[in-house]
Amino acid sequence: MTDRRTTIKWMLSVAASMPLLNQRSWSQEVTALPAYRGYGTDPDLTKLYRPGDAWPLTLSQAQRRTAAALCNVIIPDDGRSPNAEGVGVVDFIDEWVSAPYPRQTADRPIVLEGLAWMDAEALLRFEKYFAELDESQQHAICDDICYEPNAKPKFARAAAFFTRYRDLTVGGFYSTPAGSRDIGYIGNVPLPKFDGPPAELLRKLGLGPEST
Amino acid sequence: MSIPTSAARAKNYDVIVVGSGAAGGQTAYTLSMEGVKVLMLEAGRKYVPEQETPMFQTADQAPLRGASSPEKDFGFYDATIDGGWTVPGEPYVQSTDDPNGRFTWWRSRMLGGRTNHWGRISLRNGPYDFKPHARDGLGFDWPISYDDMAPYYDKVERLIGVYGTSEGLENTPNSSPGCLLPPPAPLVSDYLVQQRARRLGVPIIPGHRAVLTQQLDFKRSPALLHPGNLKAQKIIAEHMQQRSACIWATDCGRGCSIRANYQSTTVHLPPALATGNLDIVTDAMVSEVVLGRNGHAKGVKYIDKHSGAERVVTARAVVLAASACETARILLNSKSALFPNGLANSSGKVGRYIMDTVGSSVSGQIPLLESLPPLNEDGASGHAFYAPWWGYQDQQKGKLNFARGYHIEFGGGRRMPGAGTLHGLEHFTGGSYGKKLKEDARRYYGSFVGFDGRGEMIPNENSYCEIDPKVKDKWGIPVLRFHWKWSDHETRQAAHMQTTFAGIVEAMGGRVIGKVRTDGTEAIAPGGFIIHEVGGAIMGADRQISVTNQWCQTWDVKNLFVTDGAVFASNADKNPTLTIMAVAWRAADHIADRMRRKEL
Repeated sequence: MTDRRTTIKWMLSVAASMPLLNQRSWSQEVTALPAYRGYGTDPDLTKLYRPGDAWPLTLSQAQRRTAAALCNVIIPDDGRSPNAEGVGVVDFIDEWVSAPYPRQTADRPIVLEGLAWMDAEALLRFEKYFAELDESQQHAICDDICYEPNAKPKFARAAAFFTRYRDLTVGGFYSTPAGSRDIGYIGNVPLPKFDGPPAELLRKLGLGPEST
Repeated sequence: MSIPTSAARAKNYDVIVVGSGAAGGQTAYTLSMEGVKVLMLEAGRKYVPEQETPMFQTADQAPLRGASSPEKDFGFYDATIDGGWTVPGEPYVQSTDDPNGRFTWWRSRMLGGRTNHWGRISLRNGPYDFKPHARDGLGFDWPISYDDMAPYYDKVERLIGVYGTSEGLENTPNSSPGCLLPPPAPLVSDYLVQQRARRLGVPIIPGHRAVLTQQLDFKRSPALLHPGNLKAQKIIAEHMQQRSACIWATDCGRGCSIRANYQSTTVHLPPALATGNLDIVTDAMVSEVVLGRNGHAKGVKYIDKHSGAERVVTARAVVLAASACETARILLNSKSALFPNGLANSSGKVGRYIMDTVGSSVSGQIPLLESLPPLNEDGASGHAFYAPWWGYQDQQKGKLNFARGYHIEFGGGRRMPGAGTLHGLEHFTGGSYGKKLKEDARRYYGSFVGFDGRGEMIPNENSYCEIDPKVKDKWGIPVLRFHWKWSDHETRQAAHMQTTFAGIVEAMGGRVIGKVRTDGTEAIAPGGFIIHEVGGAIMGADRQISVTNQWCQTWDVKNLFVTDGAVFASNADKNPTLTIMAVAWRAADHIADRMRRKEL
């Protein structure tokens, strides 16, 4: 069994040496995707798909643990709706970075290197993996990378990763029934007629058929 | 109801129709209702919307949350199958690497063609649109006028079901009473756009889309559609009753299993099949028109995609309705001693004057629309309102630096969330995450409005397709090579769209997302992106400079017709599908009449 100190030393050496500092050999080794086929040009549109049905998922258990921790920091349970992991966002992200299409294969190194950076940074600052940090420690890292225009140059690539990862998490979360309900999407139900917005709301907004 | 897909029954066909979309569907419908025996050939597979449409599936039930991929360009649930800007095994070639010289060709290899995937926007060309050259000296006039076409627009609207209103605006024709269905209720964002755009002088009126906001008038319309033809009246009355009205849910782009919107597969083909006069062979990739010794079209040659075998079918007349560029390709590949440069090409105009629509987009975030209470805004899944072109008078006075107009399609509202929902939120939140992000999501969801300009392209000598001398598709059929160039009229129009849309966003109190592109060459969508491809076998009054006459009949071969967008002599800002159907109906009436008189 590898002891904690050895792991930390290894992670630190990795963090110091790269993924976010452009050593392609390492990132290729870590992120190479086996050649899978897509769902084709004529998939069954009425079937219900789960991540892994169209192509195999490829993240390791360690990567999934970090991915879950980070997407739960981005979308935590707030009493009104569950956290991102709880509605399958980790599976979605795994499916996304494992997909054989250009947009997804371009995202794969960004996400995998980013997840590795999160752990390396956590180990560097707190000697724990990102998933093992308490909330304030996780936020300390995320605050440095959550908005690209404000990020210090040394965090530029991590901030670019965070932007991408937040979008994936947000899209993955709000496209589920629980996420849709949270933001007040109440459609996708057959209606006998469609009346449009209530007159009272339009009045309040100063809008309506007669407004100018 | 079953659609035959096996080899055609052995019988003597009057007409072969190549293609099953808006043009092929309408042509086959009109002919079979008139008692003409029709064989339809479709390059793609049989497709049954009643069984295959993912009506209520949500994004989380699809791979990648339904996001688009090169295999499903418009998202997983889009109705298109075996189609898109790339079709495996069926390449096409660009004449240049210059991105501005490329035309990207959308195809749909399935029964019903592109009618399964479209916005259902159904606008009539107006009087100016058929005589543009007479008005400003550019492009070509059609050999027909709006008055020739108006009765056919009426018929198509009654048959397929189009909602909208008649507002009497310039070059924006009224429909005859009883043709249009009532428009759907607008969304909050629609009302806001209407109020603020009007302050800028941009008219906002109900849109026109092929969606049944109520059941079709199955009592009155059949006799108006098919006067004196009791069998046709009975069949179409039954099929009108089988189509349900809209249930105000699910995206029209998925197709519609209850037949509430127009697809050739749910509207044109079922009644045509019910006449017993139509046979359909799918997976039949037509390679050329076969010419008889008398110089008449004898039939067509196609490849049966299942066996790879080449087959020839014959009929008294041939109609090409394969989509503009595919029709041009078939003609150009039909070479003979009589027509060494391709069939019906004595003018040299086959493949020339390919047009698309000028497209440019701006979207904005609108604080007034933030934090609205939950509302079901699925509506008719497309626009309730639009802005028809309002600048005709300014153009006549020389106040604008481009010649033709555009209309505005816009949309906001609380649409069904998908993979891309609320992306880029950090531009408004300063990078929030955690509980704050969840609050921000509730605030900003539904506060975005997008504007798309759809404008007229003038045909030019630099935009055309020809046969590539080397490349063949997997069926061994030579492929198209494209040449493309926008003129200043189009790029300046695209720049005008950008500043107009930014002005509307600002008038709504909103912020434009991203940059307003005032350089038209940056603002304009690449050729082929709007998928309004027309031209390539244009109709005209002069056989020296056109391929067909006003009846879609080729000048060179009297029993060969083209009824799809290839015959368009101009490409008005109005989306082409409704006009394709009206032109096809008129041509099919003419063909049926000539057949009755034994002239074909």
